[in-house]
Amino acid sequence: MTDLTFKQLKKQFKDSTLASQYRLAVMGDCATQHLSTAIGGYGAAIGLGLEIFDADYNQINALVLDEHSELYAFKPDAVLLQMCTQKLYERFCENPLESRAAFAETVFAQIKTTWQRIGEKITVLQCNFPLLDDGVFGQFGNKTADSFLFQQRKLNYLLMQGCQEAKNAYLVDLDALQSRLGQGQFFDARLYYIAKMPIRMEALPEAAKCVVDMIQAIRGSVKKCVVLDLDNTLWGGVIGDDGLSGIQIGELGTGHAFSDFQEWLKQLKNRGILLTVCSKNEEATAKEPFEKHPEMVLRPEDFSMFVANWENKAANIRRIQQTLNIGMDSMVFLDDNPFERNLVQGLIPEITVPALPEDPALYLEYLRGLDLFETASYSAEDVHRTDQYRTQANRTVFESSFQSYDDYLANLQMKATVAPFDKFHYPRIAQLTQRSNQFNLRTVRYTEAEVEALAKDDSHIGLYFTLKDRFGDYGLISVVILDKQPGDVLFISEWLMSCRVLKRGMEEFIADKILSLAAEQGFRKVIGEYLATPKNAMVKDLYERMGFTRVGENRFEAEPMHYRYHKNHITEE
Amino acid sequence: MTNQEIIEKLNGVFSDVFDEEIVVTPQTTASDIEDWDSLTHITLISEVEDAFNVKFSMKEVMGMQNVGEMIDIIQKRI
Repeated sequence: MTDLTFKQLKKQFKDSTLASQYRLAVMGDCATQHLSTAIGGYGAAIGLGLEIFDADYNQINALVLDEHSELYAFKPDAVLLQMCTQKLYERFCENPLESRAAFAETVFAQIKTTWQRIGEKITVLQCNFPLLDDGVFGQFGNKTADSFLFQQRKLNYLLMQGCQEAKNAYLVDLDALQSRLGQGQFFDARLYYIAKMPIRMEALPEAAKCVVDMIQAIRGSVKKCVVLDLDNTLWGGVIGDDGLSGIQIGELGTGHAFSDFQEWLKQLKNRGILLTVCSKNEEATAKEPFEKHPEMVLRPEDFSMFVANWENKAANIRRIQQTLNIGMDSMVFLDDNPFERNLVQGLIPEITVPALPEDPALYLEYLRGLDLFETASYSAEDVHRTDQYRTQANRTVFESSFQSYDDYLANLQMKATVAPFDKFHYPRIAQLTQRSNQFNLRTVRYTEAEVEALAKDDSHIGLYFTLKDRFGDYGLISVVILDKQPGDVLFISEWLMSCRVLKRGMEEFIADKILSLAAEQGFRKVIGEYLATPKNAMVKDLYERMGFTRVGENRFEAEPMHYRYHKNHITEE
Repeated sequence: MTNQEIIEKLNGVFSDVFDEEIVVTPQTTASDIEDWDSLTHITLISEVEDAFNVKFSMKEVMGMQNVGEMIDIIQKRI
């Protein structure tokens, strides 16, 4: 949901002074200029500088097929393809009856060819087809493959399937948007006939948001953590006053709304979003419902952190953020109390604070509509993220029982593996490049397709690292990409690491590994570079700490012949 | 609403859409305003509809020759 109007977006785009951060080409078989303007404006509104190439009407094939076209000259990061349902219907009608049952397959094959032509290096944002029921078969259309209804739904399904295989393609779900807004609010037949615009003016900001949300997720700007208030947010009533049996949760009455809300949060958690609690309560009182209430959906183990005290919430949220070691802009704060929301938003501008509706029955609908949890990747490791952060808390307790930090590390029984990129890990590698902001030397984002291309290219060496210790498995936590350059030089074109494993000797382990690999393969010199972003200051002197020599403002060198390897408590498996 | 009142309201809408001070007359046409192309026409129509709470038909949108005709249609609807 966005409150911005097309007029405001147009002005935002026009007045924007943001430097270009992302290049988007927009193509369609319908008029896309207004959509392009809205996308540019919505980007500007959230601080994303977009450079947009809006192709002429109905030029998809001409631009895609000609390698010298304006499209490729523009060097887009992504191409948005908007093919409208009205045009699709025209094509459907031109098809002879006997071939209609194969219509979706045929169109899908053509779209897939377009994706392939665009190439894996460019991200494809493919709009799906908002439902148009021509009514020719009535509801029976669902029962016959010859109907447009059937073929269109099938095509949308094929697009979903196709995107799973084509790693660089993502769907912009205009069909879901239309069903949320209602067909009458999404489509204006007059605009279509007058200007070939398949989306009405009022819906353009929403469509633009869909596109920009997707781009943001691909660029690595995603939400990772939800901070939750308890009383009247996760259950009805006040646990401190009403007691365990007095709060509203469960099947009955208003409690049902809270149960459904908790169930949704649990699904987010299962997808890898961290849940934390920040409540003004006595800790024991606040925890009791999760431990004892029979109808509570969320349980203590669903939370990565649980903070209940009487301090101000902004201070507590800062503590959560520092402990989990994630960006403040990746956090969402949910609280029914406008006072707390304003306080937190005022003191922490980067955090997202949705204005929950007063009526708890509307929490879910409102939050779903905000679409805060876009992602461009999903891997098996996401499922275990909460466990990993909880294990982290156990480590902290263990740590305090040792005389020295070195002692502690020695007792952790850390084991690391290093391996070249392999097919099984492409998703996780791409995901790490998209999500890591702090320990990231050059912050280059890679899609799965790019990771795969890199793995197959002999001029690069891609390595990933895993780490585990006596408490648990961190999984794949670091990615290094080395470019072989002329003059026997090995250039570290990417090095990133999950902040969860900081200060365990993993940095040293990886640096040593790079140098020993360089030595084995006969490289004379290893060069590292630090490209500053607003978030990666923690690694600005990493190379020097590892024993590299500074040779330029942000360039560092080490020679395998003279490099001093580190003493380490990590053993290689 | 008198024609003059409609014109004054339209001045506001036009100025807003074209992002410059614009004074229209019944004789004003698209060729009088530099940025008035077919795309801005769509934006303009949509803003005029909102401002007067009216809906133009497809034929009206495509057939309007000048601001005067727009005023006539608005006058009939409000």
